[in-house]
Amino acid sequence: MRIIIPIKQVPETSNVKMDPETGTMVREGVESIINPLDLYSIELGIRLKEQYGGEIIVVSMGPPKAQEALREAIAMGCDDAVLLTDRFFAGADTFATSYTLTKAMEKLKPFDLIICGERATDGDTAQVGPGLAALLGLPLSTFTSRIELEDGCIKATRLIEGGYEVLSLPTPALVTVVKEISDPRLPTLRGKQKAKKLEIKKWTAQDMEADTAKTGLKGSPTRVVKTFNPKVAREGKLIEVKDEKTLAQAVDEIISLLKEKAAI
Amino acid sequence: MDNKNVWIFAEQRNDKIMNVAYEILGAARRLADKRNCEVYAALLGDHVEHLAEGLIQHGADKVCVVEDPLLRVFTTDAYTDAVEAIIKNFKPEIFLYGATTIGRDLAPRVASRVHTGLTADCTGLDIDEDGLLLQIRPAFGGNLMATIKCPEKRPQMATVRPGVMEKLPEDASRSGDVIRFNVELDENNIRTKILQIVKEAKRTVNLEEAKIIVSGGRGLKTPEGFKLIKELADALGGVVGASRAAVDSGWISSDHQVGQTGKTVKPELYIACGISGAIQHLAGMSGSRTIVAINMDPNAPIFKVADYGIVGDLYKVIPMIIDEIKNAKDASSVL
Repeated sequence: MRIIIPIKQVPETSNVKMDPETGTMVREGVESIINPLDLYSIELGIRLKEQYGGEIIVVSMGPPKAQEALREAIAMGCDDAVLLTDRFFAGADTFATSYTLTKAMEKLKPFDLIICGERATDGDTAQVGPGLAALLGLPLSTFTSRIELEDGCIKATRLIEGGYEVLSLPTPALVTVVKEISDPRLPTLRGKQKAKKLEIKKWTAQDMEADTAKTGLKGSPTRVVKTFNPKVAREGKLIEVKDEKTLAQAVDEIISLLKEKAAI
Repeated sequence: MDNKNVWIFAEQRNDKIMNVAYEILGAARRLADKRNCEVYAALLGDHVEHLAEGLIQHGADKVCVVEDPLLRVFTTDAYTDAVEAIIKNFKPEIFLYGATTIGRDLAPRVASRVHTGLTADCTGLDIDEDGLLLQIRPAFGGNLMATIKCPEKRPQMATVRPGVMEKLPEDASRSGDVIRFNVELDENNIRTKILQIVKEAKRTVNLEEAKIIVSGGRGLKTPEGFKLIKELADALGGVVGASRAAVDSGWISSDHQVGQTGKTVKPELYIACGISGAIQHLAGMSGSRTIVAINMDPNAPIFKVADYGIVGDLYKVIPMIIDEIKNAKDASSVL
């Protein structure tokens, strides 16, 4: 099997700190990491390779620094890596990203399967996978929690509201996967050595014959026109429980609220 | 009438319109009234025309019905073909989808096909002075809100998070038209075959429609704490929610998660127990009518959004509340 896995390098946002003075995000000291949800697509790729043989190529669009993410994927067990890097790619929205990745995939043909993480944790859109499938004209399964190969077809379990569905897709196909698919492994020592030595291919728009009118900010149909901080505060009543008396008072307060709400 | 009207994808499953479709219909109505144009609902399925009336009563001026046995259940290939045909024929100005597992699969596929922009998971929509759609959504784990526009490409498309927009009350006196639209679908183009659809009880936590939610966070200190949370929720006829921290700790499944990447909720009553109130959690629940917070730390951000804050040990407070509820119920049953 020849498997392609597009990944993204993102800022570590799980413990974001806000500056209380300016109300903006503190970016200093924020680490760049491999998108945590891409670890699941990489793990699935490695498991399929272990079972059926073949090779895995990881691809990322980003600045030169994004090769760190590619090296991490190699250390986990992927075989080869391509970095799509060009000033014409900067500022891309999900359409322009899908287009740029499409040009890379066309250059990497033939392949059997493209595996994407459900979404990246910075943009949180989950749009690039389906967008890429559409531009490549590939059958698609999103929110995939399980995969089996059967008679040359992919049997995919797709999570939906209140249950799941089982789909059959001919190859080549694209799947986006959720956390339930597998537990990502840690990089191995041998993998790390390989990752250190590997020469990562770098492709520009020209290398991929990409139309720069469709890449980067210029190729993006959408524009971020404003960012602001969410406002959620309201005036409330605070009761401090210090002793039995204040405890009873607090409980009374809640019980009368519940009665008012007709909850009891 | 080209590039003028506001459209919504009227998602139906098993012959029932999804709640989020009515919600985005309410939003579409507001946007259309500002733009002085009409609201269209795209209704896809097999023998679904009878559902059009409900869409009109909830704010649609026109319902575009596409019926085909190949549209009976959602497949990404057939639905993309049908929506693409609608867009090419009717040239909508704005097209909204519910951010469900169907909408989030379909919308980006359509956006790529017709080469337009798409904004994911919006929590706010408005029209600017030039008549453009303002699409407001959280980014960076809910720490930041972004307003996004699609200045040139059409339609301007967005998926909208369930539970955020207000649906209009049903109005039986509203009238509208049904347009039957024929799309030639080819079975051979539908490559994804559905082998099986399975319902799973554990995946049916319906937080979005709950009237009362009792949520637990890391302040519970142990997974067993959720037993107490469930006891309170059961006593109130409510549903159990959770913070991301509790879900990430493996104490409860992710279906219960409220906030960014989880669910946005706005129940009548939200009781947050041992939740400090990370901004992404607050973004997911601050629309609740009344918020009660119980937490040890008087400086926890959750108190900033709470109507009633109790600084104290939840393991002391909650059992007493449960006892009082039982007493109140016993008293009323005697009467």
